[in-house]
Amino acid sequence: MSPWLIVLLVALGTYLTRLSFIGILGDREIPTSIERPLRLVAPAAIAAIAIPELIAPAGPVDLSFDNLRLFAGLIAIVVAWKTRSIGWTIATGMTSLWLLDWLF
Amino acid sequence: MSLSRVRFVEGAKAVSPILLGAVPFGLIVGVTIAGTDINNWVGWSTSWLVFAGAAQLVLIELLNSGSLAAVAIATPLIINLRHAMYSAALAPHFGKLSSADRLWLPYVLTDQAFVISASRYEPDSDATTIKYFYLGAALTLWVGWQIGTIVGITLGAQVPAEWSLDFTIALVFLGLLAPAVSTRPGLVAAVVGGGVAVLALDFPNGTGIIVAATAGVVAGSIADWRLHK
Repeated sequence: MSPWLIVLLVALGTYLTRLSFIGILGDREIPTSIERPLRLVAPAAIAAIAIPELIAPAGPVDLSFDNLRLFAGLIAIVVAWKTRSIGWTIATGMTSLWLLDWLF
Repeated sequence: MSLSRVRFVEGAKAVSPILLGAVPFGLIVGVTIAGTDINNWVGWSTSWLVFAGAAQLVLIELLNSGSLAAVAIATPLIINLRHAMYSAALAPHFGKLSSADRLWLPYVLTDQAFVISASRYEPDSDATTIKYFYLGAALTLWVGWQIGTIVGITLGAQVPAEWSLDFTIALVFLGLLAPAVSTRPGLVAAVVGGGVAVLALDFPNGTGIIVAATAGVVAGSIADWRLHK
């Protein structure tokens, strides 16, 4: 399949996902049987992408002290938790990685 | 100044701290596009067609690695499923707007525009506030994103690998994760989703993320059910 077609289909699907409830629901309430599992998609999908980036940055699982991204990531998790700010999470995470890289 | 303009400026101001994270993220996406064999125009078109950084990155990686078309389409869409949640949360407010607005405003619905708007809206917010505050945040982000990715593609390989700029991808996700795990079911979904993703690292064609996200939602739903039964 052509890359253009794949991009267009992803774009269409993404737009329809964004439109979904705004388009069909108007100002009615969402059934909780739909709303509750939907709330869980964000933590499940985001963790599924982020955690391997920390635990296995180069491909295979690496829990050694050489894996600086794991430690910088743990610092960033604390900052993300405390500040709820993506800006601060990036700033401290990158600074931690550069510092650790420079120290070790 | 008219109310609509006041609200638009408020929205733009509210989103500006978030731009500090979004523009570098856009740069990364651009640099990533330039580093692949994918045509730069196809790569950049994801910025204004899809307009969702995490999904774009995954889509670009899957396109570049020659994954099955079905996987290359399904994986970014699963990552983007969270937008349905935002859509659901904003629907009661957007119900006050015209059908034309309800049709096009969702095009620029992002994590950031949602978070900013949902925290600003009151149950009795008027239609002007709902529309223009949202647009101020969402369109500012859209412009920043397009510029970020274009600059990233242009810089391309000139960004030294030692800067480890690709690490910002993981950091953006960690920043998005924090508010999502504030409930017990959310935490269960994240722990299981992340854990299964590590176990499924060797799954072919990026199917690991799909399996992991599904497992996380199922585990979180069970936790949710136990909490509410």
